[in-house]
Amino acid sequence: MCGNMFRAVFRLSASGARSLTRSRPCYSAPLASRCYSHGKVETDEEFDSRWVTYFSKPDLDAWELRKGMNTLIGYDLVPEPKILDSALRACRRLNDLASAIRILEAVKDKAGPHKDIYPYLIQELKPTLTELGISTPEELGIDKL
Amino acid sequence: IKEDAPVLQPKLHRGVAKVEDYALPAYFDRRDSPLPDVSYVQNLSAEQKSLKEKEKGSWVALSNEEKIALYRISFKQSFAEMNQGSGEWKSVVGGIFFFIGFTGLVVLWQRKYVYGPVPHTFEEEYKEKELQRMLDMRMGPVQGFSAHWDYENKQWKK
Repeated sequence: MCGNMFRAVFRLSASGARSLTRSRPCYSAPLASRCYSHGKVETDEEFDSRWVTYFSKPDLDAWELRKGMNTLIGYDLVPEPKILDSALRACRRLNDLASAIRILEAVKDKAGPHKDIYPYLIQELKPTLTELGISTPEELGIDKL
Repeated sequence: IKEDAPVLQPKLHRGVAKVEDYALPAYFDRRDSPLPDVSYVQNLSAEQKSLKEKEKGSWVALSNEEKIALYRISFKQSFAEMNQGSGEWKSVVGGIFFFIGFTGLVVLWQRKYVYGPVPHTFEEEYKEKELQRMLDMRMGPVQGFSAHWDYENKQWKK
């Protein structure tokens, strides 16, 4: 693989002038990005919309939610707020509050040492969280031991 | 599949072999797989069942305790709990030092009670003669042994 897994956020991608400003901690690696292949590289937007569509399926079942989330967490990136919004709404459709809280825990853990990502995600998701009534792990106190 | 196409009917083996526990989907707490295949609590009490019913309504109506209870039904440990370290390393390092120390005692005992005397070539008188022989045959005359001996004054070079 041409680059290493931990791409700096400030790299300019091959696909064009998309600048990631410092204030937006958007860490994501394009899928299947290999410098030596002539195949099409999926852009970040395509990746995001693919996942938003996945979780937006109206009759998504519990297995598909779990599969999607576990797969997403397996990637070397923290999902965009819009993907998480879609996933949380899927939890609502499935009447699964516990999974919604678990998803928030998982993305916080996914951010690792980058402590500024999770507050940004919560800030972006706040309207959805209040609308659906999902408490953050911090509000419930389960982020502590 | 066309409706009139012949379809192989699977032969159901119910009652032939017992499905073992380990073959069923299991619960696990993993950082990299946040939603396990099954809920942690499989057999819900009446109270938990009614809470599950309440979950179907608006979540705004749930209190924090109820939300935590729902979480605990589905999951065993929170991320904080599953990621916590333990103090096990202290026991391990302590154990390492202890056994190294014990080995030291064993070695000392061996030296006293198992090994015979060292060869006569280690005696002081023998060593002096050996050293003199080495100097006489000019061992290491350039940079090594004899180079440090002052043959004129019969002493080591300063």
